[in-house]
Amino acid sequence: MSPLLAEITVSHYLAVGAVLFVTGVLCMATKRNALGVLMGIELVLNGANVNFVAFGSKYLRADPLGLDGNLMALFVIVFAAAEAAVALAIALNFYNNHTTIDVDKAEDLKG
Amino acid sequence: MILAAADWYSFFFILFGGIACVFAVAVLLTSNIVRMAFYLTVSLGATAGIFFLAGAEFVGAMQLMIYVGGTLVLLIFGVMLTAQAQFITMRTRSGEWVLSVIVGSSLLFLLLVAAFGVDSWRTRGQSDSLTVADAQTATAIGAALSGVRVDRLSVPASETQRLRGMSGYLLPFVVVSVHLLVVLVGAAYLARTRAMWREPGEQRRSRGESPAS
Repeated sequence: MSPLLAEITVSHYLAVGAVLFVTGVLCMATKRNALGVLMGIELVLNGANVNFVAFGSKYLRADPLGLDGNLMALFVIVFAAAEAAVALAIALNFYNNHTTIDVDKAEDLKG
Repeated sequence: MILAAADWYSFFFILFGGIACVFAVAVLLTSNIVRMAFYLTVSLGATAGIFFLAGAEFVGAMQLMIYVGGTLVLLIFGVMLTAQAQFITMRTRSGEWVLSVIVGSSLLFLLLVAAFGVDSWRTRGQSDSLTVADAQTATAIGAALSGVRVDRLSVPASETQRLRGMSGYLLPFVVVSVHLLVVLVGAAYLARTRAMWREPGEQRRSRGESPAS
């Protein structure tokens, strides 16, 4: 069966969400730039959002989450905006104090 | 003929999902922070298309407005404010790449097996009634945020009474509003305190530590 004719189900949405999640986790783990780590967090939150919306969609499931999936996705978007604002303020403060944005250089708290 | 035979839902899902996945992988693979920001913009925009396809048109619009229009602009400003030449391209060491490929592929394999392993997730509920165009969730979401679930009117009275405080989203809405206010105050405070926080750095330099370490 050609992929154009395949029926799109929740599993396909979950696959897209899984790819976004894994790339986000790897971004968080491997990037040395603090803003790259932030972008990884955004990717992870978007993968979770794809799953929420897929489980809430009444076009994909006979017994969907309904509006709860959409509302949780909206709350995740709002929290992501808040987290980005605080994390960016911290990153800029770190840059101002240490004149670098490399997270490997952040060892002031090393015991 | 092929146009009539193709399932346009599948076509657009593969288009948007492919763009989202490919550009997410591109965010991971590139080491240029400016290109990462651009690829992330494209990936999140394609995710908004996926939301539209799932019938969550309000969430898709909010994704475009808040995420792509707000959060990513904030990130790009951060990139511009820290864009010195040595920070534009920061390469990851190859040993970390090997480790991350192993961990990432095993995690992806686990998630894909889980995603395609449940039978009820692999069948569509109502495959013949695919009328995405009539999706109107904005009013229902607004009512739910003020405590009224217009989509749960068919739930029996006893259950709604048992769940009276939990059925709407008024309390989480208020909590998230206060949270946003606190976050804004905190971000303004953190971003402001340049002069106050300069002192520890000067003390460290005066103690004679080498700045390169």
